[in-house]
Amino acid sequence: MKAVIANSLSKEYDGRTAVDKVSFEVDEGEIFGLIGPDGAGKTSIFRMLTTLLLPDNGTAQVCGWDVVKDWESIRNSVGYMPGKFSLYQDLTVEENLQFFATVFNTSIQENYHLIEDIYVQLEPFKNRRAGKLSGGMKQKLALCCALIHKPKVLFLDEPTTGVDPVSRKEFWEMLKKLKMQNISILVSTPYMDEASQCDRIALVQNGQILSIDAPKDLIRNYQNQLFKAKAYDRYLLLEVLKSLEGTKSYAFGEYAHISVEKGKPMDKALILHHLEANGLSQAEVDEVEATIEDCFINLLH
Amino acid sequence: MEEIVIQADKLTKKFGDFIATNAITFQVHKGEIFGFLGANGAGKTTAMRMLCGLSIPSSGDAKVAGFDVYKETESIKKNIGYMSQKFSLYEDLTVVENIRFFGGIYGLSDNEIKAKTEELVKRLGLTSVRKKLVVDLPLGWKQKLSFSIAIIHQPRIVFLDEPTGGVDPLTRRQFWELIYEAAHNGITVFVTTHYMDEAEYCDRLSIMVDGMIKALDSPKNLKEQFQVTSMDQVFYKLARQATRSE
Repeated sequence: MKAVIANSLSKEYDGRTAVDKVSFEVDEGEIFGLIGPDGAGKTSIFRMLTTLLLPDNGTAQVCGWDVVKDWESIRNSVGYMPGKFSLYQDLTVEENLQFFATVFNTSIQENYHLIEDIYVQLEPFKNRRAGKLSGGMKQKLALCCALIHKPKVLFLDEPTTGVDPVSRKEFWEMLKKLKMQNISILVSTPYMDEASQCDRIALVQNGQILSIDAPKDLIRNYQNQLFKAKAYDRYLLLEVLKSLEGTKSYAFGEYAHISVEKGKPMDKALILHHLEANGLSQAEVDEVEATIEDCFINLLH
Repeated sequence: MEEIVIQADKLTKKFGDFIATNAITFQVHKGEIFGFLGANGAGKTTAMRMLCGLSIPSSGDAKVAGFDVYKETESIKKNIGYMSQKFSLYEDLTVVENIRFFGGIYGLSDNEIKAKTEELVKRLGLTSVRKKLVVDLPLGWKQKLSFSIAIIHQPRIVFLDEPTGGVDPLTRRQFWELIYEAAHNGITVFVTTHYMDEAEYCDRLSIMVDGMIKALDSPKNLKEQFQVTSMDQVFYKLARQATRSE
């Protein structure tokens, strides 16, 4: 059975389309990523799937249940970690966990094995109020609370936004362990580097899904020729590249990336020549393989 | 010789027993894009508040745009720009009203404000939305407008505190093009970010761990020093040593 099926799901707010006929499926035990910027419609998708928001059009099922008719069953079998910290700030770590266990008719002991790895890091602070925890710790507690009733599907809405790269890496390690326990995970993030950690990703922009693919296939399907270039003055480099016909250039780490339109003949020598003709000698140019970020930029252009 | 616009010397801030910023020493040159990195809780915000004249240090010295962070905080505030994701524009004012408001705050004359308004609206492609409330603009446009307003008074230095969170990769790059342009025109850029590819865009960067600066160099030299291929790995190697969090 599919963990999630969204079928042409749509939502409007005051005549403005937030989610526009979105369709996708999440397999059991899969980590499925919704990748896109703020305002793309990710949170509305999450809220419809967790039965907190009624769709205007389209249908969706979670664990085989309909999001409109079977909301009670869905709420009992999914865990949801909203983008905003949503625990009780004036309850302690332990009290929060106890509370969520009780609400779902279970106990901390019953499903402790699911949260053990994460909870041991929180245990030294179990008597601290949730509001006094650091960002990384809050995030770990929220994940524990979303897991304590042993959900079949986990919904994580931007769990790593504003979190530093080290804590972000640790968080993704935790998600991979949960996947091993056959929990299906729908996760959203604005960080492109996290996309490669998902089994499949949907790129979302303006309420629409631009593409759905495994990260590797997304890269394989990138059809443009792509070069990287480097020069002593990055500002000038990007300015000069703007006038290289048939290409789009953008900053990429220490390099500029040059994406060549289909059918346009281009090679290293041509680019070097263009740079030299515009006063940038001793530049470095090479052909390079696309990353997920290049794919996304290409879809946005 | 390169002109120095920020000079910090053993700059320290304590809150009770807790040393938030521990004797940091560094210089930033004119027109440089300086990245200020560190894990959550490493002490970046505290350091930045001292440099902006918003918090008096416990010990150490610093000069920003030539002004002393103990005695000349008002002069510092007049000579810097500041933008963060949390605070930037007034959402219930229009594009043009925001420009006029901040222009006034920074002491520009009416004529200067008028000229700047036209220039900004045109350059950022905001002509069709000039009378729209900022709350209705896409996040990427807001950020570009916000940055342009932060440098409307031609400050010596602009401080950017995680300016690009949550926008798409294309908008993020357009934003960085504005940063390059500002730096090219001699404005020094001091920026914090959690995006490691943006760290690569900086001329030099420092990485703070537990209140101290543990590394300071160009992205290229840092990668060589730590024998890795990306800034992400440099950051990971350093920040993993941290013993404290936020």
